[in-house]
Amino acid sequence: MKFLLAGQPNSGKSTIFNAIAGYRSATANFPGSSVSYTLSRALIHGREVDVVDLPGMYSLTSSSPEAGEAVHFVAEEDWDLIINVLDASRLERSLELTLQLLQLGRPMVVALNMMDEAERHGMKVDVEALSEELGVPVVATIGRRGQGLKALFRVALQTAHCAAPTGTGCFDKEVATAVAKVRVLLEEAGYKSRIPMALTATKVLELDPHFRAKVLEAAPETEAAIDAIIADLQEVHGWSADQVVSGCRHAMAHTIWEKVGELGRPKVGWRERVDRLLLHPVTGGPLMVVILAGVFFLVFGVGQRLEAPLVAWFDALQAMIEGRFPLETLVGSLLSGIFMGVAGGLTIVLPYLLPFLLALAVLEDSGYLPRMAYILDNLMHRIGLHGKSVLPLILGYGCSVPAIMATRILESRRDRRITAALAAFIPCSARTIVIYGLVAAYLGPLWALGIYVLNLVVIMVIGRVLSRFLEGRSPGLILEIPNLAVPSPETLLAKTWLSLKEFLIIAWPVLVVSSLVLSLLEWAGAGGVVNQALAPLTVWTLGLPVAVGMTLIFGILRKELTLVMLVQALGTNQLDEVMTTVQLVVFTLFVVFYVPCVATVAAMARELGWKDTAWISGLTVVVALVLSLAGRLVFTVI
Amino acid sequence: MTLDTVGVLHRSRVIFIEGGQGVRSHLNTLGIHVGDCLEVVERAPFRGPVLVQVNGTRLALGRGVARRVRVEPAETFRPVAGSVITEAG
Repeated sequence: MKFLLAGQPNSGKSTIFNAIAGYRSATANFPGSSVSYTLSRALIHGREVDVVDLPGMYSLTSSSPEAGEAVHFVAEEDWDLIINVLDASRLERSLELTLQLLQLGRPMVVALNMMDEAERHGMKVDVEALSEELGVPVVATIGRRGQGLKALFRVALQTAHCAAPTGTGCFDKEVATAVAKVRVLLEEAGYKSRIPMALTATKVLELDPHFRAKVLEAAPETEAAIDAIIADLQEVHGWSADQVVSGCRHAMAHTIWEKVGELGRPKVGWRERVDRLLLHPVTGGPLMVVILAGVFFLVFGVGQRLEAPLVAWFDALQAMIEGRFPLETLVGSLLSGIFMGVAGGLTIVLPYLLPFLLALAVLEDSGYLPRMAYILDNLMHRIGLHGKSVLPLILGYGCSVPAIMATRILESRRDRRITAALAAFIPCSARTIVIYGLVAAYLGPLWALGIYVLNLVVIMVIGRVLSRFLEGRSPGLILEIPNLAVPSPETLLAKTWLSLKEFLIIAWPVLVVSSLVLSLLEWAGAGGVVNQALAPLTVWTLGLPVAVGMTLIFGILRKELTLVMLVQALGTNQLDEVMTTVQLVVFTLFVVFYVPCVATVAAMARELGWKDTAWISGLTVVVALVLSLAGRLVFTVI
Repeated sequence: MTLDTVGVLHRSRVIFIEGGQGVRSHLNTLGIHVGDCLEVVERAPFRGPVLVQVNGTRLALGRGVARRVRVEPAETFRPVAGSVITEAG
């Protein structure tokens, strides 16, 4: 049996999903935080059920790419029941999607979620009356606290075997007539689809490009007649057909809301007061700078405190091992390779990664990211984008792969291309580790902050240039600002663990193996050949030690590797003893900017195609070269 | 007048949405329809976006988008159920 969790963005689908499937679907407090669906098998009241967490969709119209996947799934895949998750505090608007889902004529249960938020807004909803209006079972839930979920899935199991709902509410007379006309037209033309004819007809009237294309492909002769019906509808109402249909649905939702809902006085608590400050024209900007700087220094402070004792302990251990198995022997060389890989992960990567991921999780779950989009919209316009691009870019500080996937929330292809290119330049957590572990650790946190600022300046310049050259229109910012929320500690930990697991399971083994390979190559004397081949770049151009050549190659696998490999290649944990300040800075600059890792390249190819991926990768190398060379020149002159 | 010129805390009513089907349907699904009453909650400085409260949600609209939404002042007007349809007919 298969259940779908469908609903508008940020209505809490993933939270409900995680409550029954364990933490598998990343949640966050902004619209569009799930861009692809997650499937899990769960045991519900003793029955095995596949549960699918779909990306949020505001409507069944498939115009936005983020909703595309959800709409496709609902329309084309096999499933037994839809659990429509509604945000009770935005009930009226949420019902507009519900009305469309009802038109599917398949078994459905409504989860009236976020009842606590609704209460804070002074709203009361009569659950029974709503169930009667919609003709499907409605269960009140508070997903974050797990309330009502047992009842929800019990009702879902019962409903999956019941007959499908028939009531779809009624459109006003003209729309209903137009829908009926299109329906007859399609039936006469012998049009066949898994989607109910009434829904197809409604979507065709709404000028939905996807449905229109499908209908015209199967029955091209209906085009003229359909266009005539659309023109009629426009004539009668005085505005375009899509607005007539959606306005009509809006009115239906409003009527239902009037019958079942009651609006009292909203509570004004500290969250609303804080929010006013965060969005205020005068205080909003400075507060954002303070928050981001706070995150930066917090991560550095915690990381440094964790790192120092670990490094000291591992150094002692390393000395002991080397005393027993000298590096010149094969065994010693192998042991040292494995040791460096394990130690590098534990002493350099984890101390900074852990606080960083936690801080990012707090930013995501509190709902601050959409506020940043609002504040930065103006600035983003200067580089030819708009505020929504801020979301993928900030996610890029965690990992470039989800950042590039998150570009799907942007409406235009041009914006997606530019934002994905810029996201590749954002230092992800792996590159952050290099910045913290090399520059901040040896030269001080201000130097590291300088690299971040330089990175932002470079990104703005590249953004400006790209938006000049890439054609297409940018539609402008349209973004829902969710309520501020206090992230729950369990979710934060679960989320951090989900990202950390990625590092432990995928990256760390790669790190250990690469370290082993590197030490073997060195032992056999082959590393020297590669290093020599790269010498024109590393030594002559950038003025770095010849041994860094191999580390840059490994860095393409995972960026953290460069740092750990550097330790391995130079044979010491005290890098400032073997590298000068200039070399540390130049090396970091190059690593931060040159080709993002293999995983990012693959993600980019999937989202944008190989052509774009190729030029973006090429661009990163050019920028990395120019910047590190400039860095070298500037420092040498000073 | 257009939405980008409305002052903070002023209520207004949408009378027309300019632009292509894409923008229109996007605004529709997020809760802005012709006939809806909305309130400008905040305006970002330097021609930044406007923040509007509409149908129980808060939306950030870039100035370019806000310029496409034509409104009229609605100090006293309260929308009633089905107003969209009666007005249209």
